[in-house]
Amino acid sequence: MAKGKVTFNQDICKGCGLCTTACPVKIVTMDTSKMNIKGFHPATVFEMDKCIGCANCAMMCPDSVITVERF
Amino acid sequence: MAVVFQKTKGLTDKETHYCPGCTHGIIHRLVAEVLEELDVLGDTIGVAPVGCSVLAYDYFNCDMQEASHGRAPAVATGIKRVQPDKVVFTYQGDGDLASIGTAEIVHVAHRGEKITTIFVNNAIYGMTGGQMAPTTLIGQRATTAPLGRTVEHSGMPLRVSEMLATIDGAAFVERVSVDTPANIRKTKKAIKEAFQCQIDRKGFSIVEVLSTCPTNWGMTPIDALKWLADNLIPYYPIGNFRRPGEEK
Repeated sequence: MAKGKVTFNQDICKGCGLCTTACPVKIVTMDTSKMNIKGFHPATVFEMDKCIGCANCAMMCPDSVITVERF
Repeated sequence: MAVVFQKTKGLTDKETHYCPGCTHGIIHRLVAEVLEELDVLGDTIGVAPVGCSVLAYDYFNCDMQEASHGRAPAVATGIKRVQPDKVVFTYQGDGDLASIGTAEIVHVAHRGEKITTIFVNNAIYGMTGGQMAPTTLIGQRATTAPLGRTVEHSGMPLRVSEMLATIDGAAFVERVSVDTPANIRKTKKAIKEAFQCQIDRKGFSIVEVLSTCPTNWGMTPIDALKWLADNLIPYYPIGNFRRPGEEK
């Protein structure tokens, strides 16, 4: 059961990947199947049920792309 | 369900011009979050420098003033003396503060001006294309040191926090880093303490933030964070150098 939920404002993501290094459960990845309006592969989470809502990814993001909610 | 993290009101909706993975974005956000938490956004005047963060006035949701290269502390001094009740901060890079602006930063500390400086040290000139800065490490390559910086030609890198900590007017001096979420939380704590020090009129406060420049270092943003931890932190140790009421 997921403890948290993250949402990405993918249009402003610059695809730097810093958030992927911060996730303790390693679920934040770059979505290589998709390209945003800036031409980057945006960050995403495919296995949201594993999210613990720690907000480390959002803490690391230089562009305030990520919003974190906790149950 | 409760929102535990969202974009701070201290930043405008404008997207930053910084390169992907540039830690300026993190530091901007931390400063903005602190101003929001201290509830001083409406009473704050920031001074933007020359360098990559020259457009910072577009991103902070408070009053901002642009200064000429290295002169942000002098401009901030004027603002603070005319409006002593406002919170005044400067946001400067290492090319701005540690090179052309050395006189200004030393004397603003020496006079003990009640302002806060956020000093972003990424060991290189970012905006102008990766030239050697006073903070560039020995052996580090830059466009003006293609074979790496040497001691004989350029001396040893300048440790600004240690230097300013010897000045009595500097009330709060701390060096922090933004390479991990834990260090980012410590950075925010230090920035908050620095602003509180100004609000309590204790004297000059400065937070040196070790930062990355993936583009000019020629690395991916993730490798740049690792390079920061492996190379910058050993030469520029993180920690507090001065705090009101504490003799070091």
